[in-house]
Amino acid sequence: MPNIGERIRQTQLWKSVFRHPMPLDRRNRVLVVLTNLILHLHPVAMRRHGLRLSYTWCMGGITFFLFCVETITGVLLMFYYRPTLQWAYHDILALRDAASLGVLRELHRWAGHGMVITVMLHMYRVFLTGSYKPPREFNWIVGVVLLVCTLLLSFTGYLLPADQLAMWAITVGSNMARATPLVGNEGPGSSLLTVDGVNMITDSSDVRFGLLGARTVGEVTLNRFYVYHCVGIPLAAAFLMAVHFWRVRKDGGISGPL
Amino acid sequence: MHGYLSEQEFLREIGRFLGWYYLSVAALNGVVAFALVRRRRTETDVARGTGVVSLLCFLSAVIFAGLAACVFSGHAGALSLPQTVRDAVNRHTSPLAVGVGSFAVMALLFRWRRFFVRPAVAWSLLNLALLLVGLSLTDANFAKIVSRPDNVAIVAMMFLLAFFTWLGTAKAVENDERLARDEPPLEKLDHDKVLVWPDLVYIELICMVVLTAVLIFWAIGITAPLEEPASSVRTPNPSKAPWYFVGLQEMLYYYDPWMAGVVLPGLIIVGLMAIPYLDRNPRGNGYYTIRERKFAYLTFQFGFLLLWILLILIGTFLRGPNWNFFGVYEPWDIHKVTAQNNVSFSQFFWIDLLGRGLPQPGAGAGASGRLGAILLRELPGLLLLAAYFLLLPWGVTRRVRFFAGLRQQMGRARYAAMMAMLLVMLLLPIKMLARWTGDLQYFVAIPEYFLNF
Repeated sequence: MPNIGERIRQTQLWKSVFRHPMPLDRRNRVLVVLTNLILHLHPVAMRRHGLRLSYTWCMGGITFFLFCVETITGVLLMFYYRPTLQWAYHDILALRDAASLGVLRELHRWAGHGMVITVMLHMYRVFLTGSYKPPREFNWIVGVVLLVCTLLLSFTGYLLPADQLAMWAITVGSNMARATPLVGNEGPGSSLLTVDGVNMITDSSDVRFGLLGARTVGEVTLNRFYVYHCVGIPLAAAFLMAVHFWRVRKDGGISGPL
Repeated sequence: MHGYLSEQEFLREIGRFLGWYYLSVAALNGVVAFALVRRRRTETDVARGTGVVSLLCFLSAVIFAGLAACVFSGHAGALSLPQTVRDAVNRHTSPLAVGVGSFAVMALLFRWRRFFVRPAVAWSLLNLALLLVGLSLTDANFAKIVSRPDNVAIVAMMFLLAFFTWLGTAKAVENDERLARDEPPLEKLDHDKVLVWPDLVYIELICMVVLTAVLIFWAIGITAPLEEPASSVRTPNPSKAPWYFVGLQEMLYYYDPWMAGVVLPGLIIVGLMAIPYLDRNPRGNGYYTIRERKFAYLTFQFGFLLLWILLILIGTFLRGPNWNFFGVYEPWDIHKVTAQNNVSFSQFFWIDLLGRGLPQPGAGAGASGRLGAILLRELPGLLLLAAYFLLLPWGVTRRVRFFAGLRQQMGRARYAAMMAMLLVMLLLPIKMLARWTGDLQYFVAIPEYFLNF
């Protein structure tokens, strides 16, 4: 008597979805990867040590997975959230109290914290195994930019609940921009740029103003950070991830002893 | 929130969590003991020491199960550190003690890494840490700061980092021993090729499923924080940056914002990017090793674990209202008074050492006169920095054979860039030490141009 799995695989429904039987020979297993849009990010074959979690820690993959989680939960959150001071806080309250699947914001926030942690651990592993060494130098640079992207994604998202925690964390963070040398109004050398004795670097023209769109964290900043968070930085990160993964393949796959 | 609960209410509340906490630790130990015994039975060549570890796991499981039973029967209050110990910890918590202590612990762990990576030792340390966390959680102040929703992630990060540091070090130690015997590194043993489907794809699938489960439990268990609506007129005390930038905020305590907030973060990014171009050592590519790249390893670990992670932990757990320093069992008293009479190096030199006032520009001096007075006033600090950034590397390169070899190997430009970044990085702990022991505020203080360093 065929077992239950075998029976399911014999049904018309199953066979209409999966046209081929489980590939057991080498040729068909190769074809699985080659003919699948998502799987073909992978090489067809790899060295066995790259399978070991004790070598890779799986942290790069987990970071990418968390990015996908963030994208999906983020898009769902956008259905509920309006980035204005009038609505933002109330929308978050409604998300907690009224929306079905009331853990959407929790999933998004914890996966975001998780992504910051896993991206640091990924960097840690790549350093400890010396995987930045030739020929992978450039991919390390791309990785550092992706680390910065991750931090900025989390930072811009931190403001969006528009509560005290959010507002003052962003105020503390962005106050530092005020002190940028030459282009921050309290930075060293800010008084050097003058026209006819009038100082050009003021609190409404310096780099902090450019970042916030205003002199204090408020309505304009909320909208600006919303766009950075939902559109600007994710696009940059997605592009850089494509480069990162592509370079992993082109530089010879997962690192390993020569 | 616990501030509004009575002692009994708090203990009942935390006990509900603690019981499950001890029970899960017991289960973890039990599972590991079981797995080890099974592996011992099935595999012929068992690594030495697994017998000890499985016995240790079994004992720990029994102990933690006992603790869980104790908590579930309503005796959580009895399972805490004695008040005298907690008071002593609070009294002796200072930036100097934490900073120097952490450095000493890391140095110790590194020096005797061959001992500390042994499974029995590492597992005992993990159990001790978990026990200490459990005993501390019955302290209301500790529980309050650790269980803030955003901080739970940082606690998780601490354990993850400790685990992965152990893992990486253990593999490096083993590889180093192999390399010393002229054997290839462990990774080389698995050099044969496998197909990605199914071997890798299934691992990825399992990872995704496990992670999804973890995320869902985390999301259901801990509600995301939401405070009152934003108000630009009521500043919370303390106001903290998001946790991953709290290390930079902690640096603000020692450096002015243009350094701590702009120049140093920029240098961290540039320095990280420069690593592959500065570290020209061809060995240690694609496998864990310490001995083959000790200098690179130590520099990175110092910067990552002590100057990045430790500062995040200090800023999150030990900094309270007015950015004052608090012990982990200490209530965050908003009125805590700490003496701060920091002096800049120029004040120290002209007033304390020479016993005269700071050089002032003469009455009616022009712009150049004022600049001259400032330069004269800050000359000692400028000379000090010049000695640090120019004389020190020159002397080190000439006198220390290791650095002379590095200079030879790297070439002039690379060596200079590496030295410059290394010295900037090391200046941070040096300045911290100077602040903690000598109340030093700035090496060079030119507030006239917002240029304090």
